[in-house]
Amino acid sequence: MSDPNAAVYVRDLTVAYEEKPVLWDVDLDIPAGTLTAIVGPNGAGKSTLIKTILGLVPSAAGTIRIFGEKYDLNRKAVGYVPQRGSVDWDFPTDALDVVTMGLYGKLGWFKRPGKAEREIALDCLHQVGMSDFAKRQISQLSGGQQQRVFLARALAQDARLYFMDEPFAGVDATTEVAIINILQRLRDTGKTVVVVHHDLDTVPTYFDRVALLNVRLIATGPVAETFTQNNLQRAYGGKIAFLSR
Amino acid sequence: MSPTLQIGLVAVAAGLACALAGVFLVLRRMAMMADAISHAILPGLVAGYILAKGPNIFVGFIGAAIAGLLTVVLVEALTKSRRVKEDSAIGLVFPVLFAIGVLVVSKYYANVHIDTDAVLFGEIAFAPFDTFSLGGRDLGPQSLWILGGLALINGIFLILFYKELKLSTFDAGLAVSLGFAPVVLHYLLMGIVAITTVGAFSAVGAILSVALIIVPPVSASLLTQRLPIMIGLSMLIGAVSALIGYWLAMAWNVSISGMIATSLGAVFFLILLAAPKRGLVSQAVRRRKQRSQFATEMLVVHLATHAATPEEAHESTLMHLEQELGWEPEQASKVVAKAQHSGLIHYQDGSLRLTPSGHELAQVVASR
Amino acid sequence: MNILRDLVTDYTLRNVALGSAVLGIVSGVLGSFAVLRKQGLMGDALSHAALPGVCLAYMLTGSKTPLVLMLGAAVAGWLGMLAILQIIRQTRIDAGSALGIILTVFFGLGVVLLTVIQKGNDANQAGLDKFLFGQAAAMVQEQVVTMSILGFIALTIVWAMFKQFKLLSFDPEFARTLGWNTHFLGALLTGLLVIAIVIGLNTVGVVLMSAMLVAPAVAARQWTHSLSLMVLYAGAIGAGAGLVGSIFSVVEMGIPTGPAIVICLGLVVLISILFGSAQGIVWDRKRRLRLSKEGM
Repeated sequence: MSDPNAAVYVRDLTVAYEEKPVLWDVDLDIPAGTLTAIVGPNGAGKSTLIKTILGLVPSAAGTIRIFGEKYDLNRKAVGYVPQRGSVDWDFPTDALDVVTMGLYGKLGWFKRPGKAEREIALDCLHQVGMSDFAKRQISQLSGGQQQRVFLARALAQDARLYFMDEPFAGVDATTEVAIINILQRLRDTGKTVVVVHHDLDTVPTYFDRVALLNVRLIATGPVAETFTQNNLQRAYGGKIAFLSR
Repeated sequence: MSPTLQIGLVAVAAGLACALAGVFLVLRRMAMMADAISHAILPGLVAGYILAKGPNIFVGFIGAAIAGLLTVVLVEALTKSRRVKEDSAIGLVFPVLFAIGVLVVSKYYANVHIDTDAVLFGEIAFAPFDTFSLGGRDLGPQSLWILGGLALINGIFLILFYKELKLSTFDAGLAVSLGFAPVVLHYLLMGIVAITTVGAFSAVGAILSVALIIVPPVSASLLTQRLPIMIGLSMLIGAVSALIGYWLAMAWNVSISGMIATSLGAVFFLILLAAPKRGLVSQAVRRRKQRSQFATEMLVVHLATHAATPEEAHESTLMHLEQELGWEPEQASKVVAKAQHSGLIHYQDGSLRLTPSGHELAQVVASR
Repeated sequence: MNILRDLVTDYTLRNVALGSAVLGIVSGVLGSFAVLRKQGLMGDALSHAALPGVCLAYMLTGSKTPLVLMLGAAVAGWLGMLAILQIIRQTRIDAGSALGIILTVFFGLGVVLLTVIQKGNDANQAGLDKFLFGQAAAMVQEQVVTMSILGFIALTIVWAMFKQFKLLSFDPEFARTLGWNTHFLGALLTGLLVIAIVIGLNTVGVVLMSAMLVAPAVAARQWTHSLSLMVLYAGAIGAGAGLVGSIFSVVEMGIPTGPAIVICLGLVVLISILFGSAQGIVWDRKRRLRLSKEGM
């Protein structure tokens, strides 16, 4: 069952803030070319899980491999969409410039983005349907548009594996459909996409695989087998009676 | 009263008045507002000087207090315009006001005694010379009367509005819904900070008054989470540091204000290191203990997760622990040895197995 | 145009104007990053924290050479910065309180050291408080040269690492996922801020330094939505205010240079917030009015 060369391979991952364990002994495999949702109640450690995989949060113990390598050695294979609220949107920059930041990792230390980078960034904006807003100051974009700009920045990273922290939070219905279409298209071209997700109702229609998390990993696998009443009960406790419909 | 005693009393009164004004300022995370107010006082003093056509302590006091409140209003107006963030607004407003003050002084009152250096340093050593007299009777140093009065006013303010201050500091939303007016209270508190700074700065200088307002409450907050105790400790820390600083300044013959600020720093640093719960030392010790406890728990949970599965034999070797838990070989054997010693695990067929009490611990940890 | 002629020929005016302009550029550029990283008050704290460094440098070397005193100021400012960042990171103390504590305690220690120096056999401590309260009018060529070299180094680093500093200021977490050492980048950027502060101390002094860093950035932000332009404008505004303020103070005898520059800056900020082309309040009102009319 375990495949060290999977897109994401996590073993015995434990993370603690101060005194409290946030993640306990998590084992997780995410096969390449899948679209996976990480779901669980508030405080379950969903964001912490992807932040730890990305090296943003130190782990107390455990092994993490990205395509069979340590993350440090495989950074360019990974793209990241942080939560929209994590940055100050009053920052003096426009949509195109933010997308160009996705290319900084591949530019040399002192090299500046030039015409080629601009073309790539414009193309990524086009893919998320934001071509008309390239020169728009980012604070003048709607929440959904800001989220699309972040997505375009990740596309510019041209990674094989994407981590996205609640990309559907606070976006309008149209944007949600647009974003999931892009994610599914990414999956169809062989990329691996891992999404921290909140809305249980949409899990079966949006995703191939699901990982149920509540400090410990409750269950993981294809949605059809894993996203069951029983597992949800174990992840959420008694709080999800509404799901029976 | 001997001058030494008088200066000591002034220092203690300053410590008490400032600490009382500082508690809620610090709790509201607005410490730097005290710094801004203390600098912005200068133009107010100058305006008071111009209006009263000479040095007049009462008019100067009012002018300075108004300048302090003007700082607060300007900072809030800039922040509300959403063009400037709060920290930048503070960092912008007070130097401009200070510059206006310096400009007016140097242009029109170049030879008058409003020494801009003195605004920053203050000179508590002169306190006994400025005496307050009523009907020809010497009533002691003026600054003692002022600072003592301020300590009293601030104390009364805290007692009168304790509930309201507490509520609006920790739950502004609830305060509004209960019919309190946080805005009014906010300006009252800022007014208190302003008059305290004005009162303290003529005796101890602007920077020291800021030190006395900020450092004691922050130090106290490291020692307790209970508000009444925090207020008491702030007063104690303020007064004691003031005395220590004064005594050291006398002994070494250096600036009293500077030495009081330095003593405050030393007291803060000591508390930061040695506070029983939130101190850096006890934090480090606790973290170490937790890490060891944590490792043991992780070991038993790991073994329990894989107990009675086909991979058990493979998952439960020492080498595997090193690999998967990412532990150093040394650490792994230490953790294992400790768990073995506590009777949580034992060796069986070359791999680690949980003992009944190990299973029990794993259950406890798992149900947490 | 007597002033223009004096600028070239008058030794004092030339030095003061040049020095103030150099300071304006450097503090405008570095202040932009500080403001965007919500470290607008860091400048104020570090300029105060520099005092004990200046005193110690003098006590150890007995020299009042600008470079020696600047070095002392830089070391103390740097230590102050580290202390502030550590307090914020290791404890639950909020940023404002941490700034306030380091500011007042370091400054208090500096005042103590000043009185120690005063007591010593060298009664001439005057040069030291000039270093702190700013005395642009007494600026000598050597100082201007030192300031220019330090400023040039700082600006070159900003130019070379603009991309890194931009992403660090906008989205440090994303920068870390790219493998960048954001702790190092942050310390470097704040270290450059210390350079700006150090060259500003003896021009405008401790109290006004904060405005030199914050005001050009805040004003520039109102005229553009692009970081590179904001940084350029802030440098230009800083330099312009430095020139105008220093000329004004030399021509109008009796007005100190620092306050003159800062009041200039205050006016520029006021005008920019009202009329700035990017987000000035007046245009914003008009735009909104037009939009609501179109809506009807």
